[in-house]
Amino acid sequence: MLCQRCQQRPATVHFTQVIGGDKTEYHLCDQCAQEKGDLLSKAAQAFSFNSWNPFQFNQLLSGLLNMESSPGFASPPLTQLRCDHCGLPYSQFTKTGRFGCAHCYDSFEARLEPMLRRIQSNTTHTGKVPLRAGGQVKVKKELQRLRRELQQAVSLEQFEHAARLRDEIRRLEQQLED
Amino acid sequence: MSLGEFLQRATSPWMREGGPQDDIVLTSRVRIARNLEGIPFPQLETDSHANQVIERVAKALNSPAVRKLGDFELVRCSDLSALDRAVLVEKHLISRDLAEEARHGAVALRQDEVISIMVNEEDHLRIQCILPGMRVDEAWRLANTVDDALESELTWAFHERLGYLTACPTNVGTGIRASVMMHLPGLVISGQINRLLSAVSQVGLTVRGLYGEGSEAAGNLFQVSNQVTLGESEQEIIQNLTGVVLQLIDHERAARKALLQANREALEDRVCRSFGILAYARRMDSKETLQRLSDVRLGIDLGIIKGVSSRILQELLVMTQPAFLQKYFGQELSPGERDVRRAALIRERLRLDDTEVHG
Ligand SMILES: [Zn+2]
Ligand SMILES: [Zn+2]
Ligand SMILES: [Zn+2]
Repeated sequence: MLCQRCQQRPATVHFTQVIGGDKTEYHLCDQCAQEKGDLLSKAAQAFSFNSWNPFQFNQLLSGLLNMESSPGFASPPLTQLRCDHCGLPYSQFTKTGRFGCAHCYDSFEARLEPMLRRIQSNTTHTGKVPLRAGGQVKVKKELQRLRRELQQAVSLEQFEHAARLRDEIRRLEQQLED
Repeated sequence: MSLGEFLQRATSPWMREGGPQDDIVLTSRVRIARNLEGIPFPQLETDSHANQVIERVAKALNSPAVRKLGDFELVRCSDLSALDRAVLVEKHLISRDLAEEARHGAVALRQDEVISIMVNEEDHLRIQCILPGMRVDEAWRLANTVDDALESELTWAFHERLGYLTACPTNVGTGIRASVMMHLPGLVISGQINRLLSAVSQVGLTVRGLYGEGSEAAGNLFQVSNQVTLGESEQEIIQNLTGVVLQLIDHERAARKALLQANREALEDRVCRSFGILAYARRMDSKETLQRLSDVRLGIDLGIIKGVSSRILQELLVMTQPAFLQKYFGQELSPGERDVRRAALIRERLRLDDTEVHG
């Protein structure tokens, strides 16, 4: 998420302001937060300056997404782009910041990628894998890990260890084919 | 019903327990987002999709794997009154969004209210665990166990490269949001807070002032949580958060000590004035309440105030909110009336401890 004030650096300071029942979220970068002075204890004064408009998170996200669409980008115009599974128009995603179904991730992949690169630490999941549905995935990830370990063992000339790894890799490859 | 009884019933059981470092860390919370394969995300759900999700969750809650973890009660939000939904929000058991958009929503609560599962909020499921004190690691392990148990019945939307798929791409990957609520008056009073918070934000965490009522992070309460959900494992996310929180705790302890040494009288004056106001005022708005409660809690932690339970901050944070006040007094209250009743409730709460001490 980009800082809503400078629109340049990632937003790192977040807080919610409530005035008369109206809740507004603020997302600022470090520098802008500091420039606004004692942000967390003088927020009222800081934000009563009308020097910039508070955005809603979703508009912020949409701003980010639209910004990412570079001119040379070969994809259908925004108005036509839809998820081929749930039919969600891309334009609706840019308004709500939410996808319609799991397939939206594939349908909008090209546009999503740069955003993920910006807001996440990496674009490949390295965490938990579902026990049941993800059995295959789990085996593949384990294979990847074992192959890395095997390379390392070979380069360190730990041949006994490498042989054991090789057997384990074969066993898992067999399991995948079944 | 006496306030004592009401407190027993109204506050979650876990709130009455202590936890490690709970002089500074009030609660640890982990929530994970999960969606069912083959059903549109809640934004595009039809009535029948939404019912399907609720029915499948109900069935999963009845599976042997989940029953091993305790008894869950599943309630549709539409079966709850608006006031009851608001109370659940004030207890942090459901989100404001779910309470307001109640048509399709449901919530499953384990009896002790440590585990809650929101259904059909932004995602099909949001599994949440809250524990008192610095137990974010334990909260994650518990949420993980619930996830595994539910998965014995349910198939999650999962992508080989992107991980768990969520309605909002800011949650994709692990789907995990881990957060720790911290009381940091020492760092605020000594003017170090902004420097530290900006340091924290440089390591992939976000900090929010809680209950910001316009002018400040009221009650000196801050929520530190992970920002990244993709590219780091759950363990890495939890470890990173834990490391930073432990450092903040050290800084807070040092700041309190320094304040006591440099200016004991001023600190005692501040704490005791706030106590006096809470004990005698006839009108309290929510912002002043938070600020005074923060002072009193600091006073308890530093041994300046004796005979008052350190749980008072936790309890009154929840109890003095609008829905709770109306629930306790059994009637609808305008904001002005709430200020009067809030003051009365706080006075009563302080007397409760008094009698415990002498009786
Ligand atoms: Zn900025
Ligand atoms: Zn879709
Ligand atoms: Zn979201």
